Amino acid sequence: MFTYTLRRLAFAVPTVLVISLIVFLMLDMAPGDPTGSLPLTIPLEVREQIRQALGLGDPVLVRYFKWLHMMVIIEPSHMLANATGWNIAIEGPRILSWQTRSPVGDIIVQRIPQTLWVVGLGYLFGILIAVPIGVISAYKQYSWFDQTGTFISMVGFSVPTFFTGVVFILIFSVWLGWFPSMYDTTHRVRDWDSFLFQVRQIAMPVAVLALFNASQISRFMRASMLDNLNQDYVRTARAKGLMERTVLLVHVLRNSMIPVVTVIAIGIPTVFTGAIITEQIFRVNGLGDALIRAIYVSDWPMVQTITFIFAILIVLFNLIADVLYGILDPRIRYE
Amino acid sequence: MPDGALPVLDVRNLKTVFRTRAGEIHAVNSVSFQLRPGELLGVVGESGSGKSVTMMSLIGLLPSPPAEVRDGNVMLGDKDLLKIGEDGLRAIRGRDVGFVFQDPMTSLNPVFTVGFQIMEPLRRHMGMDKARARKRAVELLELVGIPDAERRLKDFPHQFSGGMRQRVMIAIALACDPKVLIADEPTTALDVTIQAQIIELVKGLREKLGMAIIWITHDLGVIAGIADRVMVMYGGQVAEHGPVREVFANPAHPYTRALLKTVPKLREPRADKLRVIEGQPPMLGAHPTACPFRARCEHAFERCARENPPRREIGAGHDVACWWDHRTGEPV
Ligand SMILES: Nc1ncnc2c1ncn2[C@@H]1O[C@H](COP(=O)(O)OP(=O)(O)OP(=O)(O)O)[C@@H](O)[C@H]1O
Ligand code: SF4
Ligand SMILES: [Mg+2]
Repeated sequence: MFTYTLRRLAFAVPTVLVISLIVFLMLDMAPGDPTGSLPLTIPLEVREQIRQALGLGDPVLVRYFKWLHMMVIIEPSHMLANATGWNIAIEGPRILSWQTRSPVGDIIVQRIPQTLWVVGLGYLFGILIAVPIGVISAYKQYSWFDQTGTFISMVGFSVPTFFTGVVFILIFSVWLGWFPSMYDTTHRVRDWDSFLFQVRQIAMPVAVLALFNASQISRFMRASMLDNLNQDYVRTARAKGLMERTVLLVHVLRNSMIPVVTVIAIGIPTVFTGAIITEQIFRVNGLGDALIRAIYVSDWPMVQTITFIFAILIVLFNLIADVLYGILDPRIRYE
Repeated sequence: MPDGALPVLDVRNLKTVFRTRAGEIHAVNSVSFQLRPGELLGVVGESGSGKSVTMMSLIGLLPSPPAEVRDGNVMLGDKDLLKIGEDGLRAIRGRDVGFVFQDPMTSLNPVFTVGFQIMEPLRRHMGMDKARARKRAVELLELVGIPDAERRLKDFPHQFSGGMRQRVMIAIALACDPKVLIADEPTTALDVTIQAQIIELVKGLREKLGMAIIWITHDLGVIAGIADRVMVMYGGQVAEHGPVREVFANPAHPYTRALLKTVPKLREPRADKLRVIEGQPPMLGAHPTACPFRARCEHAFERCARENPPRREIGAGHDVACWWDHRTGEPV
C-alpha cells in the first residue's frame, strides 16, 4: 500500500509542475508589458513592486521559478499563518492582486471559509442523501421508490444549478419568504438566534448543490449496487443463511462503495468550480465569486492563483481517489 | 448406505416456474427424490435441464421474482422447507444445508478476508464468539487441505488459486456440520488435475464427516466414481433414477442410453459430452403434457406426444419415466 501510494504521488508531482508552468506561461506569454495594461491609478511604487514580483527582465525559466516559489511556498505560508494564527509566514516578495493591490493569498484566505461551508455542506448532504437512495433504489429495482428516485435525479442532474437556484429563490424567498435570497457574509454566529439566521441563509445554496450532487451520486450508487447484486458472491452470502440486511449492507454495499467513493473524491474539485455559479446566484463571496470578479477586471495574478488552486485540487483529489481505491479494494492493495 | 433408513431429505412433486416478460418458464416439473443419510446422489443432465434450479428451490436460493416454487413438499427431517418461510430457510441455509457453487473465482466476496467469510456462518448459526470462530475456521481450512491455515485466514480470495478457493468454499459449506451438502458442478471451472483433487477431497470428507451429498455434474465419469445413486434429469423432469451400477449397466431411458453411448471409456480425458446428442433442448413454456424428450428420441411413438410418462419402477430402486420398454423394445 505504501509503495502504491508513493507511486501515485510520483505521478502527481510532475503533473502539478506541468500545470504550474502552463498557468505561469498564460500570463507570461501575453504580448507586451503586463504592467502596461494596468490601470493608470496604480501608484508608481506599486507598479514597481509588481514588476519585481513578475521578475521582468530575467530569463523565462528564472521568472518561472521565482513565481513558483511565491506560489507554492510564500503565499501558502501566509495563508496558513492567516488561517491558524501561527507565526509561520515566510518573508519574501508576494503575488499581488492588481485590483486590490494586496497579496492574493490574503484575499483567498478570506474567501475560502464561505466556499467551504456552502460547497462542503452541499456535497456532504448530497452524499448523505444519495447513498441510501441509491441502495434502496437498486434493492427495490423498478419499484415506485426506484421510479420516483430515478425521475427526480434525472431532473436534478439535467437541470443546471443556476436554474434550480433561481427557482428556489422565487419560491422560498420571494413567494414564501422563508429564506433570505442573499447570503450575508458579514454575519457572525454569536448566539442561538444568529445561528438560526445562518442556517436559514445557507439553506438554499446548500440545498441547490445537495440536490445536484445527490442526483449524480445516487445514480452511481444505484448502478454500482445493481452490478454487485447480480454477483455470485451475493448468492454465496445468502447460501450461508446470513440476514438479508447483512447481505445487502455488508457484502454488497462494501463492494459497491469502491467505485462510488472514487467518484465522490474525484468530484470534490469539480464541485468547487461548479459552485462558482451557485455562489453568484446567492451572492456568496467565496472563491468562485473572487474568480469571476478578477476575470471582469483582468486581475491576472488573482485569476492565475485561483486557477492554480483549482488545478491542484483536481490533482490532489485524483491522488486521494487512487489511494482510497487501494484502501478499499484488496486486489489493488496487494498487487 | 443403509436402505430403509429415514431420508434426510425427501422432495416430492417439486414444481418451480419463472415468470418472465416473455411468459412462464416451467423449469422444474414434479421432481421427486430422496436422499438418505450419508449417501451421495449424482445428478446429471444437459445444460438447462433444471438441475441447479431444482436444488436452489429446495432452500429458497432463487430470486423471487421471477422464480416461484409453485408446488411440492421438501422435508428436511421433520421440517417442510417450502412452508417454514424466509426466516426459517435462513436458519437452515449454511447450517443444515451447505452449498458449493460452480465458479470459485466469483463465489467468494473479493473485499473480505477468507477468515471472515468462513467465520460468518459460525457466528451466525453457532453463536460463536470471534475467538472460537477463528479456531474453528483454522480447523476447517486444515480439514479441506489448505496448508498454513492460521496465516491464510488473513488472506483475500484473490490470493488463492482456483482450486484453493473451491476448498475454501467447501470449508464454508461444511462450517456448521450440515446434514446435506449440495455441490453444483463444483469442479467444472477447474483444471482436470485440480478436479481430481477436489473429488478426492470430498470423498474423504464424506467418509470422515458422514453428511449426505448431492453432486451435480455433466461428467458421467465422476458419477461412476463417487456416487451411490444417480438421477438423470431432462427438460425439468427426472428421466431416470437408480443405483449407479444398475443405471450404468441397464440404462432404460433413451436419453440415458444416448448419454452413456457418448462416454467412450471412463479413464479418457473428458469434455462436455452431454451436448453431443442431436437436437434441441425442449421449450419449457408450459406444464408438459407430453414426453419432453420425444423430439430427439429414436423410439418415440404416438403415445409419447399424448401423455407425459410417469416414473415407473423397473428394478430395485431403479425407475424410469418412459413409455418404451428397453427390455422388449416395445411400448409398455
Ligand atoms: N433467473 C431465471 N429466469 C428465467 N429462467 C431461468 C432463470 N434461471 C434459470 N432459468 C431457466 O431454468 C431452466 C433450468 O435452468 P438450470 O440452471 O437449472 O439448468 P442446469 O441444469 O443447472 O444447467 P447447467 O448445466 O447449465 O447448469 C433453464 O431453461 C433456464 O432457462
Ligand atoms: S416416452 Fe417416448 S419419447 Fe419419451 S423417451 Fe420414452 S420413448 Fe422416447
Ligand atoms: Mg446449473
